[in-house]
Amino acid sequence: MIEFKLPSLGADMDEGTLLEWRVKPGDAVKKGQVIAVVDTAKAAVDIECWQDGTIVELLAEVGQKMPVGTVMATLLEAGEKSLPSLPASLPQGERGGSQLPSPLAGEGLRERGNAPAQRRMISPAARKHAAEKGVDLDSLTGSGPHGAVILADVETAAAQGAAAASRPAVAATTEVPSAEKGAARIAAMRQAIATAMARSKREIPHYYVSEDIPLARALAWLQTANSQRSMAERLLPAVLLLKAVAVTLRGYPELNGWWRDGSFVTAERSNPGVAISLRQGGLIAPALLDAGSKPLTQLMQELTDLVQRARAGSLRSSELTDGTITVTNLGDQGTQTVFGVIYPPQVALVGFGRIVERPWAEDGGLKVLPVVTASLAADHRVSDGHRGALFLRELAELLQHPEELDKEAS
Amino acid sequence: MSRKLSYREAMREAMHEALSKDPRVFLMGEDVGRYGGTYAFSKGFLDAFGPERIRDTPLSELGFVGAGVGAALGGLRPIVEVMTVNFSLLALDQIVNSAALYRHMSGGQFSVPLVIRMATGAGRQLAAQHSHSLENWYAHIPGIKVLAPATIEDARGMLAPALADPDPVVIFEHAGLFNMEGELPDDWTVDIASAKVRRTGKDVAIITHGGSLPKVLAAAETLAADGVEAEVIDLRVLRPLDTATIAAAVAKCHRAVVVDEGWKSGSLAAEVMARIVEHAFWELDAPVARVCSEEVPIPYAKHLEDAALPQPEKIVAAVKEMLG
Repeated sequence: MIEFKLPSLGADMDEGTLLEWRVKPGDAVKKGQVIAVVDTAKAAVDIECWQDGTIVELLAEVGQKMPVGTVMATLLEAGEKSLPSLPASLPQGERGGSQLPSPLAGEGLRERGNAPAQRRMISPAARKHAAEKGVDLDSLTGSGPHGAVILADVETAAAQGAAAASRPAVAATTEVPSAEKGAARIAAMRQAIATAMARSKREIPHYYVSEDIPLARALAWLQTANSQRSMAERLLPAVLLLKAVAVTLRGYPELNGWWRDGSFVTAERSNPGVAISLRQGGLIAPALLDAGSKPLTQLMQELTDLVQRARAGSLRSSELTDGTITVTNLGDQGTQTVFGVIYPPQVALVGFGRIVERPWAEDGGLKVLPVVTASLAADHRVSDGHRGALFLRELAELLQHPEELDKEAS
Repeated sequence: MSRKLSYREAMREAMHEALSKDPRVFLMGEDVGRYGGTYAFSKGFLDAFGPERIRDTPLSELGFVGAGVGAALGGLRPIVEVMTVNFSLLALDQIVNSAALYRHMSGGQFSVPLVIRMATGAGRQLAAQHSHSLENWYAHIPGIKVLAPATIEDARGMLAPALADPDPVVIFEHAGLFNMEGELPDDWTVDIASAKVRRTGKDVAIITHGGSLPKVLAAAETLAADGVEAEVIDLRVLRPLDTATIAAAVAKCHRAVVVDEGWKSGSLAAEVMARIVEHAFWELDAPVARVCSEEVPIPYAKHLEDAALPQPEKIVAAVKEMLG
């Protein structure tokens, strides 16, 4: 019998919360196979099994927080036979006649020696409704007889989930108790994205413009700047692009703000929302507050912190509601161009594709330069394509003078 | 418009009408003629229709039920009255081996358009040999229809379609209902195919039949005072069961209690529960419960008899335990 223990995933990890089991008793697992997802202080992490075997019993429950080293599951090694008797953890009452008064209580236990020790009582109607609504039964507390999860519990949870999905931004993912993470969180996130994006395409008349921006000067400047910085302080191109957007927006207030109740409200500061994709699927766009007036070093620190906290689901609500524009940066993994969908009530989205070397004609000659394609999706109710085009041209020009961006800081 | 009459009067009217309309119909049984019927259902019939059509029989269920089978085979439309279901066991061979099987055994050449009426149930201190509920014995048998009128309307209306049916029909009349009075609407219509919703609710479906119906309706009123709305289903037809109506009520309420005066082991309640599990499992929000008679011979002493039978208090308690 193998005991599978919660591994330490770094010097700073001393406990984790089980978000999801990817296996069930009886499953054969291979070395390297992901068998669980655990939320650490920083992010949800896929936990791999380090040995071939067959799952016997899942001891940790979804939502359970446990110290590193806790036995999460037991496995049989290849060739090892199942124990002839029931696991010792089964309550005595389940070995003979059931002591529980309800016929549901002991369901299946006596026949299934390998089942988890405590089978929860969940009514068939609750199971069916939960499946339809995408409600995670493990996150529910039963209010029925003998603590059974009944239909009303699922309906309450589904109603709360729907209410969360209708709140502005993807705020459903903030401050969720750990027990409700996992499937319910993913379902709520998907619902929130669906609601926001459908509303965007339904209500916002998008127009799109794009511009190829040579980045030779910007990247050269970054390289120089980074050569004097420690590894932890190095600047990424993304932070330069974010800063450039925030600064350029000062001259284009019609792109920076919110469409509310039939009219446009300009934002005083520019808080670009940074689109961050999450490991378990979905994305979130928390804002870098007042990015235009912060030094690049500070902005870099804040961006790193924001990404980590977004993935750990520990964002502050202001970061989710105060974005004045969204910036999506596909980075190294992306395509060259992205056409964004505006995140209401914002009125614009700036997209950066992958930085690639391309042939570039300049000063009567042909060069090979790193180039990024910047696009703007904007709300035609508020601004026109001409102004949108001017914004991108000005952004391109600003990025030819990266030192100006750093100067802005001081 | 409607008029008030008792279950007994409704049944008497139904038979009077059948005897008046169709010369092939006749009534046969113990004490149906000169005595006017054990329960006075045929009072005055002997004078009105004569001894050929209102026939007193010897105390031999095997004999006179068999005679009824023969009369039906010969083209008549007999109504055979058996004093209680307990005594009908003497006629089981005629009903189960003969009446129910002739269509099958004759390759469809013979049918047995026979109606057998029998009293059932307890509650009148008649002791064990006169008080049992064995509807489930008959509801088990292919080839016969089994009816359980529990309302004035059904007492008045079920006999005619039963007589029109080409196959044997057994009608169970719960003795506790005979003095019940109620309104019969002028425009009543009655079928012998469906279960009926006698009270609408949303929190629990209580499924019952026969003499337990008034008890269930009383329990539903008590529950309503506590904010629990029970839907009450009257099975009416015990074979073939109207599974769709049962499943619909369970799908609506997500909880079900079956109330049956029979003993629970091998009962009609067990069959209804099985249908619920087969057809509405995913709608259930709680284990199905039942209230049946205690598994003892029905006692003579009043307090013991009351304790042995389903009562409104027991039904209320079962529902409340289910709701937690």
